[in-house]
Amino acid sequence: MRLSVQEAAFDAGAELNAFSASVAGAGAVVSFTGLVRDSDGSLKAMEIEHYPGMTEAAIADIAAQAQTRWSLTDVLVIHRYGRLEPGAQIMMVATASRHRIAAFESAEFLMDYLKSRAPFWKKEIGHDGATWVAAKDEDEAALGRW
Amino acid sequence: MQVLYFAWLRERIGLPREQVLTTAPTVMALIEELKAREDRYALAFSDLKSLRVALDQKLSSFDAPLAGVREVAFFPPMTGG
Repeated sequence: MRLSVQEAAFDAGAELNAFSASVAGAGAVVSFTGLVRDSDGSLKAMEIEHYPGMTEAAIADIAAQAQTRWSLTDVLVIHRYGRLEPGAQIMMVATASRHRIAAFESAEFLMDYLKSRAPFWKKEIGHDGATWVAAKDEDEAALGRW
Repeated sequence: MQVLYFAWLRERIGLPREQVLTTAPTVMALIEELKAREDRYALAFSDLKSLRVALDQKLSSFDAPLAGVREVAFFPPMTGG
């Protein structure tokens, strides 16, 4: 299991290939990559703040929960912090299992929990100033389905 | 104890962390002490529904006891992913 909280950019394709090559016995790999979205062309950058120490512990806890709920061959989580340009890769998760259902479901579980239970905060830097991204009620509600 | 602030809470209070000498028995009592200090604290903590608390880096609740706690962190709901 590789869990990384990092400022540096990563190569999602290379990470996925390395992950897939390392999961002997798995029959399915699912991955998700999150990008810095610029809906209307007004975003200059996104700044991601986090809580060093708690972030790593929270991600480890979420990944451990996924491994308890599903039979997984392996889990990968990479999440960046710091200043990111529009279109940049913010984070990725990958899950591997014998069958696809467990890989799909556990990847969604990881995403739902990383969104609302890992201590990251996003700030959008626009041309007219900066605003903190507000958590959505539906993100909290999404946890209820697990 | 160390008290940490993140995101807009850090910006409103104007610092990321501080050492606080307190005998507050609960998180809520600590918040009341901080609010009584200065307007910027009172403003920052005016709407608790928009805040979360972690005790020694674990999510907790406002009515939790502070006995033995070394690090208290306040922050808005998280927006990871």
